[in-house]
Amino acid sequence: MERIPVLKLKDLLLVSIQVDLEDQSAIQLQEDLAERIVDTGAHGVIIDITALEIVDSFIGRMLSSIASISKVLDARTVVVGMRPAVAITLVELGLSLPGVRTALDVERGIELLTGMGDEEGAAT
Amino acid sequence: MLNATSGRWLTDVLRAHEEQIVAAWVEKVSATLRGRLTTAELDRQVRELLATLSKLGAEVDEVDLSAPTAAELRGVLADLSRARARSGFSSTETAVSVFALKDAVLAVIDLNDGDAVRDYLGFSRLTDQMGLFTFETYAAAREELITDQAHQLLELSTPVVKLWEGVLAVPLVGTLDSARAQVVMEKLLQALVDTGSAYAIIDITGVPAVDTQVAQHVLKTVVAARLMGAECVISGIRPQIAQTIVALGIEFGDISTKASLADALVLAMRASGSDVVRRTAKDS
Repeated sequence: MERIPVLKLKDLLLVSIQVDLEDQSAIQLQEDLAERIVDTGAHGVIIDITALEIVDSFIGRMLSSIASISKVLDARTVVVGMRPAVAITLVELGLSLPGVRTALDVERGIELLTGMGDEEGAAT
Repeated sequence: MLNATSGRWLTDVLRAHEEQIVAAWVEKVSATLRGRLTTAELDRQVRELLATLSKLGAEVDEVDLSAPTAAELRGVLADLSRARARSGFSSTETAVSVFALKDAVLAVIDLNDGDAVRDYLGFSRLTDQMGLFTFETYAAAREELITDQAHQLLELSTPVVKLWEGVLAVPLVGTLDSARAQVVMEKLLQALVDTGSAYAIIDITGVPAVDTQVAQHVLKTVVAARLMGAECVISGIRPQIAQTIVALGIEFGDISTKASLADALVLAMRASGSDVVRRTAKDS
């Protein structure tokens, strides 16, 4: 099983998913992330899925639940770099990832998280 | 269709009376085509056809259009009807080019000769076959033409343009069906990635009617763009369209809608941090 690395970047956590996720790794990631948020006191999580070519309903749900978990731990989640084909598939599947914020790339994701402190909750 | 003796007979007739047959054929066909093809062009076509036919009659024992031996004849006929279809002639005008052969040949044979009449009937059946074949090729060529055009239209009618740094626009023109909506969605999303734009304006000024299906397609595109981290604004909603949308109970939710593309552009620019300021006299 591949373990997805979670990188700390000031008060943000960066997760870059480079391989196609298996269900088991996804669950592991969810647990790791929750622990790291508590350990580091991070206020934002960026999940980079630029390399993901397939996102099924399970991964979609996992992204949503990571967002919810982080929210409980006072960290906001941004999913960045979703490919057009993936976006189309998710829409066709009827998954609009409620509660998950998105950005085009990591840079914009960081901008979104760091410049968002004062307008909290407005984007959801 | 034609046995060996009939085939030889046909070749003899065609060779002996070539000029007469060509003249009769050209006259008849040019009358129906009403001068849209030159006589020289028609002359060339009929001579090619006659040459193929007489060669076939002389060389092959059993002349049958569906046989492998008649491949050359089929080729000539296919070229003829494809050329007609491409230049917009009707199916009758195309079929006449083949059936005119019957009259042209009938005019030169001696009807009191029993053998000739028998051979002519065989030839007549062959002509019928040729006519049907021409018609089929004509229909196929037209279908091809229509498919090509539909494809071109799809490509042409969905441009994605950059209006401002970070702001894209898709001016939709014409009816939005599922196939087009798919193309629009894919093109827009790809353009968002390529240009790194965070805002897209979908302008529906040119869409004649918005029903639930069209709305569904637009909404899907907006949701997909959101998943990628870009925000969409829908603009160009005409008064009647607004009424239809409300009457149909279509909900755009929290998606911004604007009456004009200009308003949408201002909104997108504001949201991405640029402001439009009018210069006062002392500034300039």
